[in-house]
Amino acid sequence: MPWRTLRQIIRVGIATEPAPPAAPWPADAAAPAHEIAAQLRAVLGRAVAIRAVDAGSCNGCELEMHALTNPYYNIEGLGIRFVASPRHADLLLVTGPVAANMAAALRRTYEAVPAPKRVVAVGGCACDGGVFGESYTSLGRIANVIPVDVEVPGCPPEPSAILRGILQALSR
Amino acid sequence: MTEIAAFLADLDVRAVAQRGPLTILRAQVTRAQWRAAAPAARARGGRLVALWGTDRRAALGHDVVAAAYGLADGLAWLELPLGADAGENPRYPSLAAVYPCAGRMQRAAFDLSGLAAEPGAGEPIDARPWLRHAAWPAGFHPLRDASDGAARCAAPAEDYAFVAVAGDGVHEIAVGPVHAGIIEPGHFRFSVVGEKVLRLEERLGYVHKGIERRFAGMTLADGARLAARVSGDSTVAYGWAYCMAAEALAGVDPPPRAAALRAFALERERVANHLGDLGALGNDAGFAFGLAQFSRLREDWLRRNAECCGHRLLMDWIVPGGVSADPGAAQLDRLLADLAVLERQVREIEAIYDAHAGLQDRFVGAGAVPAELARRLDLTGMAARASGVGTDLRQTLGPPPYPDLGVRVAAVQGGDVAARVALRFAEVYESLRLLQRLLQELPAGPVRLHLAADRGPPGACAAGWIEGWRGEVLVALETGDDGRIRRAHCHDPSWQNWPALEHAVIGNIVPDFPLINKSFNLSYSGQDL
Repeated sequence: MPWRTLRQIIRVGIATEPAPPAAPWPADAAAPAHEIAAQLRAVLGRAVAIRAVDAGSCNGCELEMHALTNPYYNIEGLGIRFVASPRHADLLLVTGPVAANMAAALRRTYEAVPAPKRVVAVGGCACDGGVFGESYTSLGRIANVIPVDVEVPGCPPEPSAILRGILQALSR
Repeated sequence: MTEIAAFLADLDVRAVAQRGPLTILRAQVTRAQWRAAAPAARARGGRLVALWGTDRRAALGHDVVAAAYGLADGLAWLELPLGADAGENPRYPSLAAVYPCAGRMQRAAFDLSGLAAEPGAGEPIDARPWLRHAAWPAGFHPLRDASDGAARCAAPAEDYAFVAVAGDGVHEIAVGPVHAGIIEPGHFRFSVVGEKVLRLEERLGYVHKGIERRFAGMTLADGARLAARVSGDSTVAYGWAYCMAAEALAGVDPPPRAAALRAFALERERVANHLGDLGALGNDAGFAFGLAQFSRLREDWLRRNAECCGHRLLMDWIVPGGVSADPGAAQLDRLLADLAVLERQVREIEAIYDAHAGLQDRFVGAGAVPAELARRLDLTGMAARASGVGTDLRQTLGPPPYPDLGVRVAAVQGGDVAARVALRFAEVYESLRLLQRLLQELPAGPVRLHLAADRGPPGACAAGWIEGWRGEVLVALETGDDGRIRRAHCHDPSWQNWPALEHAVIGNIVPDFPLINKSFNLSYSGQDL
């Protein structure tokens, strides 16, 4: 049945949309995808590898990070991909308030990322502890545990906001 | 006599009925009745839905261990008071010999509330901590001990005694808590020979963030936001269960239009999750086309949520008293028009999945939980239905508007990955049918009644119970003297199904684990709390 699969692919066509502008970089309106890709290469000399770490989230932010990998956003086309090991990563996307039971794993994951590295805290809980706050078992915002370069608020932030946060962290 | 009445008559207890749409009966029991309840419920085909501890020493002078049993026509919420003279760790009879799923709930009740399950003569008991890793010391129980909930303890790291498997050529593979994907954290310890899994042991609790302690002192209104964040993929189910309990306490019924819009949101959540899973399951079996197709459909679906309800995942859409907003007529038309388009596309991809030999080769037979095993392990929700057992609360015990909708439960057998895939397809079509009816027959009127006060009556209890996409979600609420929340217990069906996953992978090969795990798609946050 490969023809049926091919027919579906052709029917759907290309769903990818232009990438959102990153504030403050690239400076103004929506940059075409190829420009973002070129700028990424100018900064890093190659594509960007991201490792996601859930340090205690409710899974809402993970759902939106997954959405970022769908064809509408086509982040691989921009030179951004998720990798399986922190040792392969340039950047960490970290969600949640930091659950005390995850603090050691988060620190070790951060240490395993080769320098220079960037950290983007994704979601309201990652920025300020959110509804969970700080408690006997929650250490609150990510910056309480590892250095953070960019914070992306939202509960959860939409995929385009996460993408803007990634681009912003890379431009610093 | 109804099943639940007969069950309570078996035990010879008198129960109080909760206000609201469902039969939820709460009763105080003696130690002997507590012991008798588990086999009596089992004999009537009942399920142990949840078990938790409550500290009522300040108000009534004792701790309480509570168990909720799901019977064919209602929920029986039994409470065993544990005398004030019980000391540091009051003991109660363990239910794990009758309901194996009680094991981890009892370990968690010890970690959080300090209540100790006592095994019967000759019964084994697992006394290892479950939610407590190294964040607080063994003698501290965050839901029982005098503490403002914010004080942090320094506790030494403790070794966790994983069960070791010995034998020629046996070795261990340790995975997690940080996994190789965008997924919640947990630890899996595989004992394998070659590629074959002899045993899997899960260790969870990594995202324990103190949700239940956090509820204490909140108003009924504030608690809704926290309940909606117990598990992000089930935010509608938790929101509804919480509000059902809060409304029972406050003495209000959501207006008919609000009830219909809640069911609309619950079915949209079900469809969104099934679309995501169907794509991910294709991908985990090496068919990236499936992920690309389904993730696009899911994105369209979530964008429509944002456009019509103001949030992609419908968080905080359900509020005490109703829903937060009324979508306009134009948006309701658009929502209705989407349904047929989506169904056509899903059917097209289902035909491709069905005809794909490589995909079916990975799906069929992988991670099988036969009906008999599913029954013995207390499997629940969607996973149980894929094994040909289990019920769907929407069909038997749904709040309005479900009794009028005539929910058809898909008949699937086998309990393997293929069955869980087939069930998801069937449930997507059924949810689309329900959504069509809900939108076509949407009652007129207000979508929200404002609660007279944001506090409940003092010292009152109520529960909410709903079939989320993963299975039955229970929220039990209890107010203190000031009418604020004293104790909120949130129960995720993952408690029942995580232990079953350990059985499902036995004899499978390690590379099939991600596929099998995804086919259950259990919540970490919902069980770690």
